[in-house]
Amino acid sequence: MAAPAPLHDAHEADHAHQFEEKEQQREAGSLGMWTFLVTEVMFFGGLFCAYVIYRSLHPHGFELGSHLLEVKFGATNTAVLICSSLTMALAIRSAQVGKSKATIITFLVLTMLLGLTFIGVKLYFEWYHDYLDHIVPGIDFVYRPEWGSFAPEVQMLMVFYFFMTGLHALHMVVGIGILTVLTIMAARGRFSPRYYAPLEISGLYWHFVDIIWIYLFPLLYLIGGRYSTGGH
Amino acid sequence: MSTTAVADLPAPSSQSPVNYLNATYGIKSWLLTTDHKRIALLYLASITVMFLIGGIAAVLMRIQLIEPQGALVQPETYNKLFSMHGIVMVFFFLIPSIPAVLGNFLVPMMIGARDLAFPRINLLSWYLYIIGSIFVLYAIMSGGIDTGWTFYEPYSSAFSHTHVIAAVLGIFINGFSSILTGLNFIVTIHKMRAPGMTWFRMPLFLWAIYATSVIQILGTPVVAIALFLVGLERLFHVGIFDPAIGGDPILFQHLFWFYSHPAVYIMILPGMGVISELVTCFAKRKIFGYEFVAFSSMAIAVLSFLVWGHHMFVSGQSIYAGLIFSVLSFLVAIPSAIKVFNWTATLYKGSISYDAPMLYALGFIGLFTMGGLTGLFLASLAENVHVTGTYFIVAHFHYIMVGGAVMAYLGGIHFWWPKITGRLYPDGWARFAALVIFVGFNLTFFPQFMLGYLGMPRRYAVYPAEFQVLNVMSSAGATVLGVGYVIPLIYLIWSMRYGPAAGPNPWGATGLEWQTPSPPPTENFEEIPVVTAEPYNYPGPKVVIRG
Repeated sequence: MAAPAPLHDAHEADHAHQFEEKEQQREAGSLGMWTFLVTEVMFFGGLFCAYVIYRSLHPHGFELGSHLLEVKFGATNTAVLICSSLTMALAIRSAQVGKSKATIITFLVLTMLLGLTFIGVKLYFEWYHDYLDHIVPGIDFVYRPEWGSFAPEVQMLMVFYFFMTGLHALHMVVGIGILTVLTIMAARGRFSPRYYAPLEISGLYWHFVDIIWIYLFPLLYLIGGRYSTGGH
Repeated sequence: MSTTAVADLPAPSSQSPVNYLNATYGIKSWLLTTDHKRIALLYLASITVMFLIGGIAAVLMRIQLIEPQGALVQPETYNKLFSMHGIVMVFFFLIPSIPAVLGNFLVPMMIGARDLAFPRINLLSWYLYIIGSIFVLYAIMSGGIDTGWTFYEPYSSAFSHTHVIAAVLGIFINGFSSILTGLNFIVTIHKMRAPGMTWFRMPLFLWAIYATSVIQILGTPVVAIALFLVGLERLFHVGIFDPAIGGDPILFQHLFWFYSHPAVYIMILPGMGVISELVTCFAKRKIFGYEFVAFSSMAIAVLSFLVWGHHMFVSGQSIYAGLIFSVLSFLVAIPSAIKVFNWTATLYKGSISYDAPMLYALGFIGLFTMGGLTGLFLASLAENVHVTGTYFIVAHFHYIMVGGAVMAYLGGIHFWWPKITGRLYPDGWARFAALVIFVGFNLTFFPQFMLGYLGMPRRYAVYPAEFQVLNVMSSAGATVLGVGYVIPLIYLIWSMRYGPAAGPNPWGATGLEWQTPSPPPTENFEEIPVVTAEPYNYPGPKVVIRG
């Protein structure tokens, strides 16, 4: 930062020079994150739009493709992410009501661990096994005889599956990076009932990434009458 | 103008107090700056380089088209030239031009703030722009791209043998630069306005920038994802848009134009904002119908998202969709016309002076009107089918993008140059250049309207001999236009060192930016100003009556 502006607050380190007041800074940060999330909605929105159009063009192929995915892992990960949203919210609340720094750190680390669990399940139990099953488009994808002429459509569903969950996982990795920074800030005692904006703003991002998954899970894993028709 | 400065003053550092240009020195102080004014200058330098690269491609194309059989290059090379021209000019010059240069410099100053809300994100935007440019320049250097700037499927993924992946990745990265700039402006305009600077006391340039930013954050992510999918399809040979494996190439066109039509307004809306500032200042009049001009910017931003299908009348989309898109496209004419009429009404009984920025502004009004009216031809279904893919389209959008956006950009640069550099440029040369550009532009692009109407298709390296006269006219015009662009480049650079000192307000303009010294100090204002009056508080026509 260049020349320091006149400060109206004791927490000089938290106050950026371009703002006149800390409240203005907090509101700007929050609006900035909301605006960014609007961009993210449009970013994933383009993909969801393409998904919806292709699913309506190729309903049967998408159903066959969906049956390649393991609902139990998708469901487990859904639960893991919802829990992580809870711990994230608790971390914010702990700072808000002035709980000890150990409490804030505990909740942040828990959130991170849940995020890592999600990525671990995704990487090992899902993607790695998909690779062993030869159903990773572009890398190793073998048409199965039972798909018949629907094989290209099954592959397309898997393209969307890997791209959408991959993009989502990338957002999770970024989120875990942010949580690491927050944990360091918390360890330095930066958060208090007077200053917890970074927690709140990062929380918005974390919840958004969860919500994306809440949409991805049914759209990708739960297509068609998997159980009524006997499934696989 | 009213300045009393003598011609050959010493360098600015010796005569002006500490300002943003001389506060710190060294390459690091520029590359790591978070000052919005310095970042504006970083953008100014980099988009000028990209403009020259895109311009060279245009020159080569116009040389090629002097002869019906092609005067210069093979058809394959010609394909790469028009692709390079389009990609560089659209994504790396026009879209960042006014927002990233003038917007960056002016948004905080006009609202009375010390900087943008997120200065470091602002610097990040510039680096993303540079990284994106490097990818695209790599694609050009290593053999070029031949898909056109539209990357239509399935050609771009299944058939083109050129460097599509590097190019789409460059545009993808550059998209985030655009998004973050828009985000920064939105938050800044919402949260950083000085006391008394209400929404309806904001200069109209800010309304235009705000509307532009809304388009940037809503549209850019969609084209980013669409181009990313093209890259994936090409890289992994999987079916997404390729019809051979169940994909739908029309879907790509929808996703592409969902951004790329609004992108036209990313280019022209900031220009309209600049014109509102120029017309009021050089007519010394309050803007006619402030609220109408402000809301027409927002109306254009909203409508821009509802008209993309007019690029696809012949693509095979449903005829009913075509009808709806046609009607909606006509609607865009309303807010655009409101602006033109209000600028004209502002001139009425004004005390008009014809300084260089005003010449650009008047040129803009005329050329934008031409571009806009031919847009109505293209919004009507039957007429559109007749001229789709012809030079009529090329002429139409160049009247908007070059006659409109580039004229406004140059007008804005000339208007705020004394504020940016603290120096005046030679006024005679500036007026001369504005005139050369106006003449050269019309000579280049008016014949293209006729060529298109007669049926000459765009993107061909050769053409029937009957079209030669008009093509030679167009190429001659392009030469004049090229000279017109080089002249300002020379005298503006010259003025940075040798121009007379400008003083804080050489044009007698209103607006907070003119209340600071030129060049302004690093944090713009010693004391955050308190705004008590409406914008464009010029004395008005009474001055003329009193004589």
